[in-house]
Amino acid sequence: MCLGIPGRIVEITDETRKLALVEISGVRRQVNLACIASEDEPLDSLIGEWALVHVGFAMSRINEAEAAETLKILQALGEAQEEINAMKQSAVQL
Amino acid sequence: MKYADEFRDPGLARALFARIESLAAETGATKERPLNFMEVCGGHTHSIFRYGLEQLLPDCIDLIHGPGCPVCVLPMGIVDDCVAIARTPGVIFTTYGDAMRVPGSGGSLLAAKSEGADVRMVYSPLDALELARRNPEREVVFFGLGFETTMPSSALTVLEAEAEGIENFSLFCNHITIIPTIKAILDSPDMRIDGFIGPGHVSMVIGQAPYRFIAERYKRPLVVAGFEPLDILQTIVMLLEQILEGRAEIENQYSRVVPEGGNAQALGAISKVFELREFFEWRGLGSLDHSGVRMRPDYARFDAEVKFATRNRRIADPKSCQCGEVLKGVIKPWECKLFGEVCNPENPVGALMVSSEGSCSAYYQYAGMRAKALRAEARITAS
Ligand code: SF4
Repeated sequence: MCLGIPGRIVEITDETRKLALVEISGVRRQVNLACIASEDEPLDSLIGEWALVHVGFAMSRINEAEAAETLKILQALGEAQEEINAMKQSAVQL
Repeated sequence: MKYADEFRDPGLARALFARIESLAAETGATKERPLNFMEVCGGHTHSIFRYGLEQLLPDCIDLIHGPGCPVCVLPMGIVDDCVAIARTPGVIFTTYGDAMRVPGSGGSLLAAKSEGADVRMVYSPLDALELARRNPEREVVFFGLGFETTMPSSALTVLEAEAEGIENFSLFCNHITIIPTIKAILDSPDMRIDGFIGPGHVSMVIGQAPYRFIAERYKRPLVVAGFEPLDILQTIVMLLEQILEGRAEIENQYSRVVPEGGNAQALGAISKVFELREFFEWRGLGSLDHSGVRMRPDYARFDAEVKFATRNRRIADPKSCQCGEVLKGVIKPWECKLFGEVCNPENPVGALMVSSEGSCSAYYQYAGMRAKALRAEARITAS
């Protein structure tokens, strides 16, 4: 819940609500980009970028190498699986 | 040297351990008068245990596992309020999975669910909001908890509910805030902290400026750290260097993720929706001034505390449970009389046993055998 997990932004689904499809360890879900979006940059420019996703919100942009490292350590800690399970078991799949 | 092989870069791990060893010796710290470094974040606690860092560090360095696991510091009264809301007819009560098993005075949310309350686990407050969209005739409540890492998600979800006019959604806000908590730790007479391993993801939101008082007023160093074991070792090196050079500064070991100024959008949402409470009740630590937030009156119609007139009950922790002392670093988990047979992850008595980030559960999982031995030893010396 507090560590977050890296994901790659694959598609903008709702421009006004700043929602995107993000691929997180093979699972796709809707994520809110409000915290990493900037006024003077179209949301589309975030496609392909990596972000640290906390409970459905992208909180920080990271580079691909950092994303891979972070994922590895989360796997070692058993946290990656916990996050993925939480996503899969959520009462609603977004 | 088997242990170092577990690290991502065993060579670097060895070098860092060696550096820590020599710096620590230079400070003159001893096993009897160790340097106490507190990690405030539960993610760090988890990493420290998973990699057995405590055992690998020289014994003149003590790691104190701070109150940084939000699930672990939930008082029973709040769990009772959750259960009461969840039992209200027509309510769908949603929560992060971590909070399901925290014991209240009359049982956990999981127990309430098995007795018929509609409690559902969600990954994100956005999922709770979606449930509200799909079930307009039901009242959907999301249990918001955590430090500044999860606070923006709750705030942004409330703002989204407002924008869309989803009036059957509300937030039961029990978010806590890091700065007053650290201040309370520094002011507590039975705690002696020489430096802080600063929380990485909270800092990603709030930035580094809010920590300055720790360096300026309390003359203690704080280094914002990533949660990889190598990050933590490097952070300890940075803390030791500061101490040896007589400095007390706020430094950032985790700059690849944590920007100096924090996240402006997240901070904007937080201050729009939330305001400080006078005090907040913590499990084990009692009441800490300004350590929690509530929703601003402007958002009262999305505030479960207003909608359900929660009683804010205060329930004392069970007598025999020593979570408070463990949280403050006064005793180690295995020194609690309940540790092991009575209190364990399957059957938690105190909250520190519930989440994998709680120090008791971490000890139990990763240092189970060792902890048992230590406990036996502690008993022998005590008798
Ligand atoms: S063993 Fe259980 S009761 Fe004792 S401090 Fe740990 S969590 Fe609390």
